[in-house]
Amino acid sequence: MRALKLTELPRRAAALVEAVDDLMPNDAIARRLRELGFVNGERVEVMAAGPFSAEPLLVQVGYTRFALRRAEAARVRVVPEAA
Amino acid sequence: MSAATATAALRLALVGSPNCGKTALFNQLTGSRQKVANYAGVTVERKEGRFHAPSGREYALLDLPGAYSLDAASLDEAVTRDVCRGFYPGEPTPDVLVCVVDATNLRLHLRFALEVRELARQVGRPMVLAVNMMDAAQRRGIAVDLGVLEAELGVPVVPTVAVRHDGAAELVGALDRTVQHPQPPRAGLIDASPAGDALHAETRRLLALAVDMPRRTAKVDDTLDRLLLHPALGLLSLAVVMFLIFQAVYAWATPVMDLIDAGTVWLGEAVGGALPEGPLNSLLVDGIIAGLGGVIIFLPQIVILFAFILALEESGYLPRAAFLLDRLMAGAGLSGRSFIPLLSSFACAIPGIMATRSIQDPRDRLATIMVAPLMTCSARLPVYALLIGAFIPAQSVGIFNLQGLVLFALYAAGILSALVVAWIMKKWRRDKSEHALMLELPSYRLPHPRDLLIGLWERAWIFLRRVGGIILALTVLLWFLLSFPGAPEGATGPAIDYSFAGRIGHALTAVFAPIGFNWQICIALIPGMAAREVAVSSLATVYALQAADEAAATEALTPIITDTWSLATALSLLVWFIYAPQCISTLATIKRETGSWRQVAIATGYLFALAYLAAFVTYRVALALGAG
Repeated sequence: MRALKLTELPRRAAALVEAVDDLMPNDAIARRLRELGFVNGERVEVMAAGPFSAEPLLVQVGYTRFALRRAEAARVRVVPEAA
Repeated sequence: MSAATATAALRLALVGSPNCGKTALFNQLTGSRQKVANYAGVTVERKEGRFHAPSGREYALLDLPGAYSLDAASLDEAVTRDVCRGFYPGEPTPDVLVCVVDATNLRLHLRFALEVRELARQVGRPMVLAVNMMDAAQRRGIAVDLGVLEAELGVPVVPTVAVRHDGAAELVGALDRTVQHPQPPRAGLIDASPAGDALHAETRRLLALAVDMPRRTAKVDDTLDRLLLHPALGLLSLAVVMFLIFQAVYAWATPVMDLIDAGTVWLGEAVGGALPEGPLNSLLVDGIIAGLGGVIIFLPQIVILFAFILALEESGYLPRAAFLLDRLMAGAGLSGRSFIPLLSSFACAIPGIMATRSIQDPRDRLATIMVAPLMTCSARLPVYALLIGAFIPAQSVGIFNLQGLVLFALYAAGILSALVVAWIMKKWRRDKSEHALMLELPSYRLPHPRDLLIGLWERAWIFLRRVGGIILALTVLLWFLLSFPGAPEGATGPAIDYSFAGRIGHALTAVFAPIGFNWQICIALIPGMAAREVAVSSLATVYALQAADEAAATEALTPIITDTWSLATALSLLVWFIYAPQCISTLATIKRETGSWRQVAIATGYLFALAYLAAFVTYRVALALGAG
């Protein structure tokens, strides 16, 4: 399966995190995403999106839900799980 | 004499990620014996409490700000890290670190606990791990093998239920044992580098060994989120919640506020009648009692608003509301979390500004504080009512009433200005780095009454002590300016005309003449600083009218101002009050919440500039159109 950005993943489709990409050197947001559990092999799912411009995304990772703006979610590379 | 009373209280620090139930545990342990202040030099809240263990030992417990990582990403997290390490000025290293994790959210929280264990090892302090919300875990069928966790982590591990009466008993027992034989954790299986991967791998290993989780999420969360985060139904339920809050703050507080008002007047008359006439009498009645009344009058709105905010925060709904509105607010340079503070500012900016504490990004928080005074607060309504009633004809425009339209336009102008100001702040900020949202939406929970009551008490107390002092002092100063020097013998004009305030008012006429204000308005603006609605009764005083209350003042003033003011002047004053930069209570709250007089000066300056500019344009355009 080809890797996607988390923002490209269809709603409620199971996927595994591949990595979080730094957009710049010392990307604090990318670092925080990794600390929150967006690390290689972790299960991730986009549960819903906000009512305006589909922003932010509601993302389930590990046992926790986070609201991520699209710019944040775009840093997360994921591989969809074979259905 | 037990050994415990001979030694000083042992210092415990509660650390944990946001939403782990740490504060509920803190409340459970310390009850009402809490002290809330700020950490030296920053506006991060410092909460400390004391409790006695059944063993008789006394503990001093510090509730550190929630943190996802010790590799700090915010001021809160930096405080937590530095206090744990013993680096924070004036804060001794805690004797024991108590790390709290949520049993239903161990994937996230155990990783942080591993960081804390590493730090405890470095500073040589023992650590206890409290696995909280064991009741919720049980209900969801989550099995946590605490024995395995304890063996693997090498630190005492105890179950806690922060909301149950004896839910912290095992923790207290473990603390007593730990302080008798303090033993810092030995080097863990993982190396010290905070590089995420090793910690995540260790977390997964621990989860596989000790935790059995039938479902990754709670069914009830899934169901509620499907409804409450739904694009249409979610916004609808949010609107209902907001309407309820607004209604409550606006309407339910009024009877209590009237009662406080009446009480202040009664007390003033009682004291005033008992003392001989003179400056002391006037200081007590018009300065101190009126000032105290002016402080306490805000409490009903603050308490009602925070009752809602705390309940929404504890239940997990507040982050959901932020989720729904984030996109809208982000467009103006604010965040989803700015919405509730701004909404409540329509009742009064003071509780609104105090509510900005739930906004994590300091830039978003400052922008919200700065624009909160632009929301038309209820204190401006009497002024609007007087001027609209006197100058705007009650004719219909299509299906609308012109007076209603003007009132609506005044509200809309405030909101529009707020959006513009927030947007300009965003453009002008030097720090243009991306604003992070990354907001956790925790499991829904039923708020515990004890936690709500303690939270309310704290808010009310902070307001009375910090903001109240400033308001009272300024009110007394204002009283002085309004009362001295007294009117000379045989004076014909009102006494205020001869006072310092009157002189300042006359002097200000030079400044305000270009926007059409006469000297009566200028003088009335000065007492209006204490509270905007006072401007109406002050105008009555300046025009030497005898009016028992606000309604009578409005009625008596209407014919006079209709005769003596031009329409252009009235419109200019209306527009001035959209910005109304002169509310000292709001400025005192900004000082308290930002900890900086510079921000107060900026807020005052920009509000004044906007008010003057907008009133100037209004006055000149009205004159040009023949409304002079």
